[in-house]
Amino acid sequence: MTDRVRIPLHRDPKARAIAIQLIALSLVVYGAYSLFQTTVGNLVARGIQTGTSFFDEVAPFNIGFSPLLDFKLGESTYIEVFFIGIQNTILVSILGIVAATVLGFIVGVVRLSPNWLASKVALCYIEIFRNVPLLLQIMFWNFAIFLPSLPAPKNSIEIGSFYLNARGLHMPTPIIDNSSGFILWALTLALLTFGLFIFARRAKVRFEETGRRLPVFSINFFAFVFCGFIFYKICGSPLAFDIPELGRFNFKGGGQLPLPLFSLWFALTVYTAAFIAENVRAGIQSVSHGQTEASHALGMSRRDTVRLVVIPQALRVIIPPTISQFLNLTKNSSLAVAVGFEEIVAVWAGISLNQTGQALIIIAMTIAVYECLSLLTSAFLNWYNRRIQLSEL
Amino acid sequence: MTIDIQANSIELGETIIKIDGLNKWYGQFHVLKDINLDVKRGERIVICGPSGSGKSTLIRCINRLEVHQEGSIVVDGILLTEDTKHINDVRREVGMVFQHFNLFPHLTVLENCTLALIWVRKMPKKEAEEIAMRYLERVKIPEQSQKYPGQLSGGQQQRVAIARSLCMNPRVMLFDEPTSALDPEMISEVLDVMVGLAEDGMTMLCVTHEMGFARKVANRVIFMDEGQIVEQNEPEAFFNHPQNDRTRLFLSQILQH
Amino acid sequence: MIDDLKTFTTLPDRAPPGSEIGLIAWIRQNLFGSAGSSITTLILVFLFLMYLPPFVEWALINANWVGNERSICDANKAGACWAFIGVRMDQILFGLYFGANPDQVWRPVTIFIIFFTLLIPLMIDKTPRKDILGILLLLVFPALFYVLIYGGVFGIPVADTTQWGGFLLTFALAFIGILFALPIGILLALGRRSEMPVIRAICVTYIEFWRGTPLITILFMASVMLPLFFPAGVDFDKVVRAMIGITLFQSAYTAEAVRGGLSAIPKGQYEAAMALGLGYWKRTIFIILPQGLKISIPAIVNTFIALFKDTSLVSIIGLLDLLNMAQTASRSLEWNGYDIEGYLFAGFIFWMFCFGMSRYSQNLERKLDTDRRN
Ligand SMILES: Nc1ncnc2c1ncn2[C@@H]1O[C@H](COP(=O)(O)OP(=O)(O)OP(=O)(O)O)[C@@H](O)[C@H]1O
Ligand SMILES: [Mg+2]
Repeated sequence: MTDRVRIPLHRDPKARAIAIQLIALSLVVYGAYSLFQTTVGNLVARGIQTGTSFFDEVAPFNIGFSPLLDFKLGESTYIEVFFIGIQNTILVSILGIVAATVLGFIVGVVRLSPNWLASKVALCYIEIFRNVPLLLQIMFWNFAIFLPSLPAPKNSIEIGSFYLNARGLHMPTPIIDNSSGFILWALTLALLTFGLFIFARRAKVRFEETGRRLPVFSINFFAFVFCGFIFYKICGSPLAFDIPELGRFNFKGGGQLPLPLFSLWFALTVYTAAFIAENVRAGIQSVSHGQTEASHALGMSRRDTVRLVVIPQALRVIIPPTISQFLNLTKNSSLAVAVGFEEIVAVWAGISLNQTGQALIIIAMTIAVYECLSLLTSAFLNWYNRRIQLSEL
Repeated sequence: MTIDIQANSIELGETIIKIDGLNKWYGQFHVLKDINLDVKRGERIVICGPSGSGKSTLIRCINRLEVHQEGSIVVDGILLTEDTKHINDVRREVGMVFQHFNLFPHLTVLENCTLALIWVRKMPKKEAEEIAMRYLERVKIPEQSQKYPGQLSGGQQQRVAIARSLCMNPRVMLFDEPTSALDPEMISEVLDVMVGLAEDGMTMLCVTHEMGFARKVANRVIFMDEGQIVEQNEPEAFFNHPQNDRTRLFLSQILQH
Repeated sequence: MIDDLKTFTTLPDRAPPGSEIGLIAWIRQNLFGSAGSSITTLILVFLFLMYLPPFVEWALINANWVGNERSICDANKAGACWAFIGVRMDQILFGLYFGANPDQVWRPVTIFIIFFTLLIPLMIDKTPRKDILGILLLLVFPALFYVLIYGGVFGIPVADTTQWGGFLLTFALAFIGILFALPIGILLALGRRSEMPVIRAICVTYIEFWRGTPLITILFMASVMLPLFFPAGVDFDKVVRAMIGITLFQSAYTAEAVRGGLSAIPKGQYEAAMALGLGYWKRTIFIILPQGLKISIPAIVNTFIALFKDTSLVSIIGLLDLLNMAQTASRSLEWNGYDIEGYLFAGFIFWMFCFGMSRYSQNLERKLDTDRRN
């Protein structure tokens, strides 16, 4: 055994690493501290009281669209505005994600179609919409197309009890109450769902035991719609609807999808779908030709090959970047501020900030909301990638 | 080991593959020219030839991975046409092993083997798994059945690919250079499996440059060049007395070392 | 028995039966390949015939191309009013100051000519001495830009940053963003790959923080909170605040793009560099970065495209960039109501640059791919 040779400190990589890290850390801490000091000093100098006391103050402005949380002008407080903003962000994001996924998959598949014309149309779609700023698209659809071409409320376009005009879409909403008929119907629906679930499980077991297949999805879908409708009639049509009616200037009653929400949703969908379509194309193309050949050589039909060999492999490539697109869509929904849809940036970082001047807290809270969403997304992605790697390597 | 399969081979049966006047083009490129080939049940044919001579294309026409433009291919009494039913019927009778294995990476070894049994043969899962395990044992890797292809060596993957084809109980097996993507020590484990198959009387068409295998197992060797069959003969005669200058040149090149 | 040696004769190549070449065969294969394909083709052709001619008539045939008063456009509502764009062109491209001072328009025009004479050779493969061009573009050009656009020296009148606008502002924001984001991003990427946990944690936090938030909140933050962060007396105008916000935001994305390139370098390169006895910085500067940056150019260009589009967000905080300028023009008293033309024109300019850059980056990616394979 030999003694450890003494190394001069400045040549010892470990000591050097520790020193560098200590210096970096103290620089960051010092930077943060002096930033904090200056900010506090500035706030004091300007006589701004930073704090959360304004949360409970009544918000002096109206919020027109809040489907789940109630907003009452003159009663609701700022903190309620904050939550309504989050609610609307989540709402438009979910609507956009669903539509963009559907459209994106369609465009991506059409892009690979053997039909030259269809493939080129998909290509044009992708290249046009992903290369123009989203904000411009939102404003274009809202201000240049929808707003001028839709009629005033008085001359609304009528489709059943749905009314479309320049303010948006007015539609009937179900009134959910505690009448016995409604509860009975809800109960039978729950039972039905449970029954169909059991049926699906049985069908799977039977398939594994006997190799005979049932079109479980179609059976369940039709059974649910059909039985649901029958039960609805049996329970005495328990749902009442709040139907919009034209008042002197605007519609009263029913639900409303405001035009800005529609424009925003439309533009987000069209824009994000162009990116998702590219992911889908790349994903499908990443499945090598040998895979389909091997499947065909085993006698598998074209449909089964796509379903059991191509799609499962393509999805592994498609899903991660598409989830990132979902996050992008959510972040992009903040552009609502341009058309006046009341999501978090518009009502919180916009109106509330102007009203209260509490820039520090309000911006920090807004950022925190988005940071939470991104953290959740990347946690999910990490989990997903690890699962994939487990089954591949 | 020097088992002479030809000596104790079973009687060759009726014609199982009949190719007549086959011509194929890739676009304007004439790949296969006037190919005539009859394969009898139990026959073991090795196809060799220089790169680009159309060997792969020929055997891929047999299970219609490639479409031909002229001539006829009849497999087990089924004429290959556009008809998808005929195509699927033929593909069920014909197993194929690829140079790059083409295992499904998202499925376990066992699932790779049972996939077609379940969805093509409509077999109960249990039964399919029993069959799959039987063939995995035969290629000597039953213990790997729960792994994913990416976790296996090349030789193991190719043996799984063979087992996957065998599960469908094919009457003919096509091999397209099954060993040329493998390291030398893995080649023999795959060849052993193929020799075993031959001993059991499987009809085989095999594109390979393993001349030892050809001598030992084949009862016919076919030499192709420029999309034509140049020469075919029993291995003994083929290797010792090639009748064509092109064959002789090719053999002298590959047997040089 | 041994025959005489036969000689191998190649059969002559024949043309495929029903020789399918030419236009008709192409159409049959690619437009009417199957029943579904035929129906798709018919529907699409029908849709084209329905919508394309009216659009072309509106946008081109019936359009009002010249004139400097709205009465001309109002008289012919069947066509687009491009005359409006013509009248406001200087404003939309170069902002209010240069729009109002036609005698000064030569300044932005010169700067763009210089920019493209530097840029285009850089994008062409065979150009020699790209390093010099690059240095000119990244170091000398910004100085020139300042002199020519801001002015205040050589008797050139000052155009204050608050008066910058239109495409010129969009360009300035994007260029400044990438110019400053690049070095910061490179350092961050190196930090994120460092073996020192504290350094790594700092860089990851920084990168993920900026990537987690939408740019618009960052712009809000820059425009309302930035003054709070600096000692009293230090203040920037709105344009510079936006530039700071954009640079911080962009550096995080650039870092990720560079990191992608760095991680694509084979481990052998690091080992070879270490075996030569190079220390960390020498290794990084002479071996790792040159390769890593080259690989990450396509990704950097992609983040730049995103940035270029995102600069339009400054119109929300009241800057008159290309989008806002076009919108303002089409909402002005004289031209109120010609929104579509304004948006289409701005959109077309954005599209041209973004599409061009994305094509460039795709080509580059393909080339890098083949380079690496050979
Ligand atoms: N899909 C295709 N499209 C066009 N040409 C093809 C295609 N596949 C193969 N070819 C061409 O057809 C010829 C025959 O190819 P094939 O793969 O059958 O050769 P091979 O004898 O199997 O050669 P190798 O020993 O290299 O596998 C080659 O010249 C090849 O370039
Ligand atoms: Mg081949």
